[in-house]
Amino acid sequence: MASLGAVINHHSCWVPHFTDHHPQSPSNPIHHFLRNPDAISSSNNTTPFASNRFNYTEAGRRLDSIGDTTDDTGVLNFPGGKVKFTPEMEFVSPSSTERIRCYRVLDDNGQPITNHNFVQISEEVAVKMYSDMATLQVMDTIFYEAQRQGRISFYLTTIGEEAINIASAAALHFDDLIFPQYREPGVLLWRGFTLQEFANQCFGNEADYGKGRQMPIHYGSNKHNYITVSSTIATQLPHAVGAAYALKMDGRDACTVTYFGDGGTSEGDFHAALNFAAVMEAPVIFICRNNGWAISTPVSDQFRSDGIAVRGQAYGVHSIRVDGNDALAMFSAVEAARRIAINEQKPILIEALTYRAGHHSTSDDSTKYRPAEEIEWWRIEQDPVSRFRKWIEANGWWSDEAEYKHRTTIRKQLLDAIQVAEKSKKPPIAEMFADVYDVPPSNLFEQERSLRETIQRHPQDFPPDFPF
Amino acid sequence: MLGIVRQRIARQGINASGMRIQSLVCASRDYSSAAKEMTVRDALNSALDEEMSADPKVFLMGEEVGEYQGAYKISKGLLDKYGPERVRDTPITEAGFTGIGVGAAYYGLKPVIEFMTFNFSMQAIDHIINSAAKSNYMSAGQISVPIVFRGPNGAAAGVGAQHSQCYAAWYSSCPGLKVLAPYSSEDARGLLKAAIRDPDPVIFLENELLYGESFPVSAEVFDSSFCLPIGKAKIEREGKDVTITAFSKMVGYSLKAAEILAKEGISAEVINLRSIRPLDRAAINASVRKTNRLVTVEEGFPQHGVGAEICASVVEDSFEYLDAPVERIAGADVPMPYAANLERMAVPQIEDIVRAAKRACYRSVPMAATA
Repeated sequence: MASLGAVINHHSCWVPHFTDHHPQSPSNPIHHFLRNPDAISSSNNTTPFASNRFNYTEAGRRLDSIGDTTDDTGVLNFPGGKVKFTPEMEFVSPSSTERIRCYRVLDDNGQPITNHNFVQISEEVAVKMYSDMATLQVMDTIFYEAQRQGRISFYLTTIGEEAINIASAAALHFDDLIFPQYREPGVLLWRGFTLQEFANQCFGNEADYGKGRQMPIHYGSNKHNYITVSSTIATQLPHAVGAAYALKMDGRDACTVTYFGDGGTSEGDFHAALNFAAVMEAPVIFICRNNGWAISTPVSDQFRSDGIAVRGQAYGVHSIRVDGNDALAMFSAVEAARRIAINEQKPILIEALTYRAGHHSTSDDSTKYRPAEEIEWWRIEQDPVSRFRKWIEANGWWSDEAEYKHRTTIRKQLLDAIQVAEKSKKPPIAEMFADVYDVPPSNLFEQERSLRETIQRHPQDFPPDFPF
Repeated sequence: MLGIVRQRIARQGINASGMRIQSLVCASRDYSSAAKEMTVRDALNSALDEEMSADPKVFLMGEEVGEYQGAYKISKGLLDKYGPERVRDTPITEAGFTGIGVGAAYYGLKPVIEFMTFNFSMQAIDHIINSAAKSNYMSAGQISVPIVFRGPNGAAAGVGAQHSQCYAAWYSSCPGLKVLAPYSSEDARGLLKAAIRDPDPVIFLENELLYGESFPVSAEVFDSSFCLPIGKAKIEREGKDVTITAFSKMVGYSLKAAEILAKEGISAEVINLRSIRPLDRAAINASVRKTNRLVTVEEGFPQHGVGAEICASVVEDSFEYLDAPVERIAGADVPMPYAANLERMAVPQIEDIVRAAKRACYRSVPMAATA
C-alpha cells in the first residue's frame, strides 16, 4: 500500500523538487500515459509506448503491435494488449464450475492409469527413489524419538510428503539451485547428504555445516546446491527468483526450485515472487506442497480460490496441479517444468496435493484440531511410499526381503550417526563471532576477548565442556 | 531548512571570506589551486557507473531506475550504457525486488537495490534483517550476501510523517549489516564504491536535499580507484573545546554551527561519522578525550538513537574525561508534521547546535542570572 503511495507521491508531489533534472515527459511512457490519457484510445499508426521500449520482452513486442490495428472500434488498445469491448455487464466468476484437475499417473493401488503422458524411469532411478523415500520415513521416526527423549530441541517430519520430496529431486539436475522451506530434507538426501550430516545439524555439533547456529532441520549445504533453510515463511520465494535471474544473466543451463506450503501462499512474498518471476522471465520452478494444513489453519480458512494452481494464470505463469502422493506424476511434472523453465526461460508453478500426515512439528499436537480418522485415512490409504512400492514391486524391482534389509540397515546407520553426533564436540567459542561479517570488525574482537576473560575469571558459571 | 543549506553553499562558493585563516589554509591544501566541484548526485552516479563498468556482477534494480533514470536521477545514463538486464526496472513491490536482490546475491551477483526512499524499505525489512543480514552467519559462511541497499533517507522538505524518517538507528542496531551515511561528494563517491565492493550487505543512507549540492573535490576523488574505508569517521574540522558528532546533512549544519561558535571564541571539532555501523568509537573517544565535551547531532528520533549509542560509548570508555554532561540533539520525538513551521521545529537547526555547544562549554547565560 505504501509503495503505491510512493508512486502517486512521486508523480504528484515530489517532482517539483527536481523538475530541472527530469527528462522531457514524452520520453517517459508512464508520464505520457498519465498526462495524455487520450493517447491510449486515439493512437492510430504510432504507439505512445514504442519509443523507449526494449524489444526483447514479450511485453515490449505486444506493445509494439498495438500500432498495427486501425479503426477497430470493438477493441481497446490498452498497454499490455488489446481488450475487446462487450455490451454485457458480466462479473468474472470467483470460481469455475469445475475445479482444476489433478494430474496423476498411478492410482491408489499403484497401477498406472495411463500408458503415455508420463516420463519412463529406469529401474536404477526407481529403486533409488523408493529407497530414499523409505530412508526418509526411518529418519523421521528416529529423529522424532530423539526429540521426545530430549536429545534435540526440535524436529519436524516429512511424513506423507515423501513423494514430493524425492520425486521432484530425482527429476532435477544437481546444478539446479534449491531454495527449500523446511519440509524438503528429501531433496538433500537424494543429492547425497549423508545420515551423519543430517545428525550433525540436528545436534548442532562441530561438524555441522551451520556451525551449530540454527535450530534442528535448518539444513544447508553449498556443495549440494541447497540454500540454508530459513524459518521465515515464504521468504525463500523472491530469493529463488533473484537467483534464477542470476542464472539467466549467466546463460546457465539450470533453474532454481523453491518449495513452500499452502499457508505460505498467503504471504506477500508469494505474490511478489510470482509476479516478478513472470515479469523477469526467470527460470524458476515454484513447488507448492498443498498439504491441507498450515499448522492448525485448514485451507478453507487460508484462501477461497481453487487452491494455488489457479493463481498462476493470473500472474501469467504456467501452472499445473499434480497428485503429490504419486511419485511418477511428480517426477513427470517436475521434469517437464524444468524443460520449460530452461528452454523457454519462464517460471512454472506446480501445486502438489498431499496431506501433512504428521504433526506440524514437535511443538504441535494436530489431533487437537483435526479428526484422527482423517489423519489415519491419509496415513494408511494415501501413503505415497506404499503406493510407489506397489508399482516397483509389480515391475519386479523390489521385494519384502529388500524392504527388510534396507530399513534395518538405515535404522542401524542412523542410530550410529546419532551416537557420533551426540558425542562430537560442540562448536568452539570463536565460532560465535565468526561470519557475522566477512572480516570481523574491531567491536567483535573486543566482545570475544571480553567473553574469554569473563570465562577465565568465573569458570564456575560456565559449562565444563566449553571448548575454547 | 533549504534556505540554510543554500546559504552554506553560497559561502563555500565565494571561498569563505569570513572564515578563519586556518580554514583557508586547510582548503588550499586539500583541494589544490584548481579545486573542482561535483554534486552529490554526480558523485553517486559516477561511482555506480565505474563499479558497474569494473565488475559485470554489479547490477542496479529498483522502481524506475531504468527508463526514468531514477526518481532522483541517480542512475542517469546507466540504462543506455549497461542495458535493461543490468539496470532493472521493477514492479512496485519493495518486498519483491529486495528479496530478489538477496537471492541474486546468494548466487554471487552484486545487486545495488534502490529504494525510492528508505521509508519504503519498511515493506521489505524482513528480507534485509532476516535474510541479508543473517544468512552469512546462519549458513556459517557458506552464503555471503554482497548487496547494497541505497536511497534517500531522513527528512526532505514538506513530505510529512511517512516520507521523513531517519533509519540510521534502525539498521545500525542489526549485526550483519553495515550502515553508511555520506555527507559530501567525496563521501558519496568513496563510500558507495566501498559499499559495492564490500562482501557484506550495506545500507547506504543518502539525503534528498544533498543530491543537488556541490562540494569541492580533489583530483584523487576523481580517480576510478578512489575508495573510502568503511568504519572510519572523518574529522571535518579540527577544534579543541567541544566535539560535535554528526552524519549526513547534519554535518553541514554542524560545520556552520562551528563557524558561529568560532566567532565567539569556542573551537569546535566536527566529526563526520560516515559509517554508523561499524561506528568509529576510537575516533569519537579520542576527540572527546581532547575536548572533554560532546554534542551529538542527528535528525532521527532521540530514543535509542545514534546519539544515544555514541553517548553510551563515551560514558563507557571516556567517562573520566568528560567535563560536562553530553548534549544530545535529535529530531523531535513526534512523527514529522507537514506544516512548514512545525516541520522546522521538528528537526535540529544550526542554532540548536550552537546553543548546545555553548551549554557544554558553560558559556550560555545561567538561568539564575536572567531571573
